Amino acid sequence: MHSDTVVSLPEAIERYVEEGATVALEGFSHLIPFAAGHEIIRRGISGLTFCRLTPDLLSDMMIAADCVDRLVCSFFASGSAGSLYEVRRRIESADPRPLAVEEYSHHAMTLRYHAGAAGLPFAPIASFVGSDIPGSNPDIRSVVDPYSGKRTYVVPPLNPDVTIIHAQRADRHGNVQIWGITGTQQEAVYAATHVIVTVEEIVDDEVVRSDPNRTLIPAHAVDAVCEVRTGAHPSYVQGSYDRDNAFYREWTPISKDPAKLQEWLDIHVRGTRNHAEYLESIGHHRLRDLLVDPRPSGVVDYGRRTQASEGNLK
Amino acid sequence: MSTASAKDFTETELIVCAAAKMLARSRTVFAGVGLPTLAVDLAHRTVNPNIQLIYESGVAGAHPESMAEGIADSVVVSGAEAVVNMHALFGYVLQGGNVDVGFLGAAQVDRYGSLNTTVIGDWDSPKVRLPGSGGAADIMAGAGEVFVVLRRHDPAAFPAELDFVTSASPVRAAEHPDFIQPRGFGVSTVITPLGILRRRERLGELELTEVHPGVTVEQVQEATGWDLAVAEDVTQTQAPTAEEVRLLRDEIDTVRLYLR
Repeated sequence: MHSDTVVSLPEAIERYVEEGATVALEGFSHLIPFAAGHEIIRRGISGLTFCRLTPDLLSDMMIAADCVDRLVCSFFASGSAGSLYEVRRRIESADPRPLAVEEYSHHAMTLRYHAGAAGLPFAPIASFVGSDIPGSNPDIRSVVDPYSGKRTYVVPPLNPDVTIIHAQRADRHGNVQIWGITGTQQEAVYAATHVIVTVEEIVDDEVVRSDPNRTLIPAHAVDAVCEVRTGAHPSYVQGSYDRDNAFYREWTPISKDPAKLQEWLDIHVRGTRNHAEYLESIGHHRLRDLLVDPRPSGVVDYGRRTQASEGNLK
Repeated sequence: MSTASAKDFTETELIVCAAAKMLARSRTVFAGVGLPTLAVDLAHRTVNPNIQLIYESGVAGAHPESMAEGIADSVVVSGAEAVVNMHALFGYVLQGGNVDVGFLGAAQVDRYGSLNTTVIGDWDSPKVRLPGSGGAADIMAGAGEVFVVLRRHDPAAFPAELDFVTSASPVRAAEHPDFIQPRGFGVSTVITPLGILRRRERLGELELTEVHPGVTVEQVQEATGWDLAVAEDVTQTQAPTAEEVRLLRDEIDTVRLYLR
């Protein structure tokens, strides 16, 4: 069967990510779609509105590569998630130019995707009463609750043109299975017009169908599935490889120095033709150290209706 | 268990042990990795075997086999009791009222326990851009009560007025009586290198209730940017016991990732 859902990552980015688009790249520390972000950098796509709860190294890279004009987010990572000096330079001193920021809380971002996914006009939230956040973001507004007569803050739906996520596996139709920390991937996917999923492995249909509850994203929501092994490096994939914590620590001095940061992008992203070459440039010995030992789940039994036959009719 | 005081302990150990003692009656704690995690772990081994830790990554009841680096480390997922998505975590677990204690850090705390984690200086032209809310504004509104741990105590960290209110106390929320009020008590406890401040009333202000060994009440007042209320019965913070220090060093943070 011909499937045009399974495509290469460059083809998927070419097809769906346009100049100036609103894109969400989600994954809460786990399954961050770095390979896809790097491909956006390689293709020099700019003017993006970049949505992501926690702008982290990926955002620092994409902003340094001048792909992003506007950030929609809820937390500027720091500490163990890496310090984002490029983001800070842009915000604190408009260096080399300003960066527009729309800021929410984690729950507010999650509700924005939820409202977007569910086709709601807005979503109410109990947070922010007395906070300065609504004053800094005119899109956080309030309405009168028609039941209690009291006001509540609301946030608008967020409907990205494209949502990109990374996952452990999918079948060739685009049924995507994820385990471990699942973040806001499901909401962000259903909120988007187009969806690209990079996966560690494209598996046989029967693998997916042996455990349907594991399918977080059904195929009907997915436009493109791309097999990209180690596509979340330096973040991690539960059950496959660990977070490259050393990389996150090494990022701080790189991020601090704009010249070093551009040099890093030149060597590892713009100077590589694809993700395989990126991994080569990072070094396979380094990636080998991240592999984890197996700790498989128990097997659940979905059962199968006993087929009527003479043998089991009493 | 030995209750003799440890002969030597660090400021971090003092803070962690003080926080752990306050968790004796809490069922669920929402916390990030770092000192709060150590406090919950210590409480679990000493005063509260039933305590459950919920991480902002959606992991509840983690049983990590090695020291976690961050709230979303793969080791907090492997062997955990539950992992829920963000919508369930922030909606049902937190906003729905299933978190007894939330732990927050802050760059600035005001007299009513409002917190700034967004910016030093102006929002429009910041001196220092801080991480922002993350889940903090949601935790302040939804958690039963909030514990704050601060690694410094001076008028810049405890100003009369915050540069930006990221997470508002119920006192500030009450200035908007036309709004549905948040369910949480707000900050109940602030632990600093000098002592412990508490709020006893939902609409009350912080008062000094404990000073650490060697610290005077006047010292804490001078280090605070407003006229700090002082409880009638200020006591000295209980020093960590030898057993608590042993647990922290030999069993909980053996690699000294957070104990410094």
